Amino acid sequence: MNVIPFMRWRWVAVGFSAAAMLAAIVSLSINQLNWGLDFTGGTLVEVAYSDTADLGGIRSTLDREGYDGAIVVSFGTDRDVLVRLPDGYSDQQGAIMVDKLRSATDMDIELRRIEFVGPQVGDELRDDGGIAMLTALGLVMLYVAFRFQIKFALGAVIALAHDVIFTLGFFSLTGLEFDLTVLAALLAVVGYSLNDTIVVSDRIRENLRKVRRASPAEVIDISLTETLGRTLVTSLTTLLVLVALAVFGGEMIFGFAIALLVGVTVGTYSSIYVSATTLLQLDVSKDDVMVPEKEGADQEGLLP
Amino acid sequence: MNRYPLWKNVLILLVVAAGFYYAAPNLYAPDPALQIAGASSSQQIDERILGRAEAALTSSDIGFFGEVLQDQGKTALIRLTDREQQLRAQAVLARALGDGFIVALNLAPTTPDWLVQGGAAPMKLGLDLSGGVHFKLEVDIAAATERKLAQYESGIKKRLREERIRGRVSIDGGQVAMQFREEADREAARREVVDLYPELFLDRVDAGDDWLLYAQVTEQTMAEVVDYAVAQNLTTIRNRVNELGVSEPLVQRQGRNRIVVELPGIQDTAEAKRILGKVANLEFRLVAEANAPISERQRFEYRSPDRGGMTEWLERDVIITGESVANAQAGFDQNGQPNVMISLDGEGGMMMSRATRANVKRRMGVLFIERKYRTRYEADETGEERPVRIPYDEKLLLTAPVIQSALGAQFQITGLDNPAEASELALMLRAGALAAPITFVEERTVGPSLGAENIQLGMKSVQVGLALVVLFMVAYYRVFGVAAVVALSANLVLLVGIMSLLGATLTLPGIAGIVLTVGMAVDANVLIFARIREEINQGAPPQTAINNGFDRALVTILDANITTLIVAIILYAIGTGPIKGFAVTLSVGIVTSMFSAIMGTRALVNAVYGGRRVRALSIGGLGRPAGGLTETAK
Repeated sequence: MNVIPFMRWRWVAVGFSAAAMLAAIVSLSINQLNWGLDFTGGTLVEVAYSDTADLGGIRSTLDREGYDGAIVVSFGTDRDVLVRLPDGYSDQQGAIMVDKLRSATDMDIELRRIEFVGPQVGDELRDDGGIAMLTALGLVMLYVAFRFQIKFALGAVIALAHDVIFTLGFFSLTGLEFDLTVLAALLAVVGYSLNDTIVVSDRIRENLRKVRRASPAEVIDISLTETLGRTLVTSLTTLLVLVALAVFGGEMIFGFAIALLVGVTVGTYSSIYVSATTLLQLDVSKDDVMVPEKEGADQEGLLP
Repeated sequence: MNRYPLWKNVLILLVVAAGFYYAAPNLYAPDPALQIAGASSSQQIDERILGRAEAALTSSDIGFFGEVLQDQGKTALIRLTDREQQLRAQAVLARALGDGFIVALNLAPTTPDWLVQGGAAPMKLGLDLSGGVHFKLEVDIAAATERKLAQYESGIKKRLREERIRGRVSIDGGQVAMQFREEADREAARREVVDLYPELFLDRVDAGDDWLLYAQVTEQTMAEVVDYAVAQNLTTIRNRVNELGVSEPLVQRQGRNRIVVELPGIQDTAEAKRILGKVANLEFRLVAEANAPISERQRFEYRSPDRGGMTEWLERDVIITGESVANAQAGFDQNGQPNVMISLDGEGGMMMSRATRANVKRRMGVLFIERKYRTRYEADETGEERPVRIPYDEKLLLTAPVIQSALGAQFQITGLDNPAEASELALMLRAGALAAPITFVEERTVGPSLGAENIQLGMKSVQVGLALVVLFMVAYYRVFGVAAVVALSANLVLLVGIMSLLGATLTLPGIAGIVLTVGMAVDANVLIFARIREEINQGAPPQTAINNGFDRALVTILDANITTLIVAIILYAIGTGPIKGFAVTLSVGIVTSMFSAIMGTRALVNAVYGGRRVRALSIGGLGRPAGGLTETAK
């Protein structure tokens, strides 16, 4: 088997990741995220008109009725209309607005959904989401440090943070809505990327113990080459179903599917380059992964 | 080599068979149905009422079948042949049966008997799939604590007055402040307060001429107050939800002071909110004397069915309303007889003492007032009949005990027959008392068409995703791919079976979780197959390659899946509603996929290759038949 010299190109990867992280953080601080209703609070109404909806007409109806700050967009098809009211309208306004829209047109209007989220809930969700993300990273780091070694744990967590920031940056740059399902997807990305990283780390550990007369960089190259087939196949099957979900799943889980598509793709990359490069920079070596009993046996042999 | 003992194969078969058994109910589409219940719990549904309903449906040309009485005659279920007619049928029945009955939309399971007997039931659909309303209510903690504080203040004031201790009592920033001129007064007051409210934390402060005493409410007491307010609201809301005519509503406490209400099938959110948010009330009035003029008295019926039809004449003047009632608790008096302790706020106590002082030995009635609706049918301009809901206040008598002595802010109702009656009365008093106010902090309504569409879209993504993975696996791994695909299908069945068994609710993110599981579940097999290929490339004979491949991949699979499971559990812990659904699917999927990929695939591979001489394995390898010593390009 030809070993692919992954680590020779690691500075290119570091450059790419650094640039991506920088872009993501800059975009997050300037554009921030297009927070969905779950986080901002407010009212969202989706209605289906029996024929092509006249968005301009709807906007002027809402203007006339005094709905300041109402955002009207079509949703999926040209008959489906989504109206979003900012925080501050009462919980009754959604239903009242639908009645007003009904009386302003001859077409039949079918109510698809109304969502009202009070301001207190939104803030809480954002905090809880952040806490959950940090808890997940912390626990995972503990587990990996326990099962492997602290250097592997650092590698895994840096890779995870990389993936999460990358995906967040993607949502910030594209302006896609960040709602509760996207948050769930982000946590799933953490799970997935971790899965990948663990498989690679596992092989690196095994090869560090097994392969003699090779530098850590070579061992990592061998391990990455050996696991490459598996990494690509698993990512491919996961991406296949995610594409199915994005294409056929409908508008309500589109954001979820996109977040996972981006996350899984970057997770595959990061398990190859980010975690392995981190390991290399931390000077991972045979000594880090030796089984304790064997060390004891070695020492015994030194006795006269 | 590579043969599973019989018991292992049998075990795997049994597990998969059980999976099929518990997943099977989901294949039977439920019938659209209507459920009839009495508006009050005492109302029995009998054959006669069922007959009236059947006649009404027949005359409106609505097809139905399988009508049965359930729950010892408390409810009845009628299945409809056509889902489109469900709403119309509901209106027809509501009209035919009148206001005494609640007609609810329902989906009746059609699970065959042989499945029901084993406890198998279909998964429930979440609101995003079935359509309906989700409310999140918040109990106003600040208001609840303020009320409690006011109650302490009035209690202390009263006790100090009774004990002739001179001092000023007021509420000052979350605590009750007492101000005295002499230290002796303060010490006397301190003893009284400790005796009256041992749960309060007392603090003495000397400020110039004034001897101050602060009574603080401890964190623990406040937590109890909040708990109590939420629990009380929960009970009240449960009672009201029953009025809405919803089958399988969900009323659940969430976190410290939130209540989640889910009403499948409901579309009219305004109506639902009105009923949930409405306030029942109480009125305390004296029982009228026999010679009172008719213009000054009113007749009321008892609420309890035990005293069905009995009435009392009450005076028109109201002493106090439920707003003055701070608490009502069932308990026992000195003689061990069941009683109900009632606490009023300061003002209510004064009114009560003024009204009762001159009326000892007369009786006082407690009225329970509820806003109800009467339905009338009126023809609109197009000549179509539409139901019109007319609100009215229903006032029923809870009890009418004799006033034994002048009453104050705290008194008890005694002479109750049994503890059950006492707790029922306390519950009604509390329900009528203005509990801590609730506000709607979240509301989600999903129309029925969107729900149906979501199911359809979800199913389609599962099918397409599964098909793509199957094609890829078989093309890439040949015979081993087929084994993986069979295991993957078994995994799906197990996943659905376990979720049904757990009584999990299927939501749209839940379906997404299933799709994701399909994609990720093959990972374990991919890991194993990659190892087997490696073994072959290193020159291992096929049987050894299979054995080592499975063995070596195992640790990796466990590590990878356990970490993912950690993430799924965190997701469950913080998530709400649909997100929880996703987390459950993901966790169950991880466990079932490990079983099916490790044990299931192994059993299949063993069955194909085990125990015989094998020259080459059909495990793919980029177009070349792998096996032998050819070095496979990777």
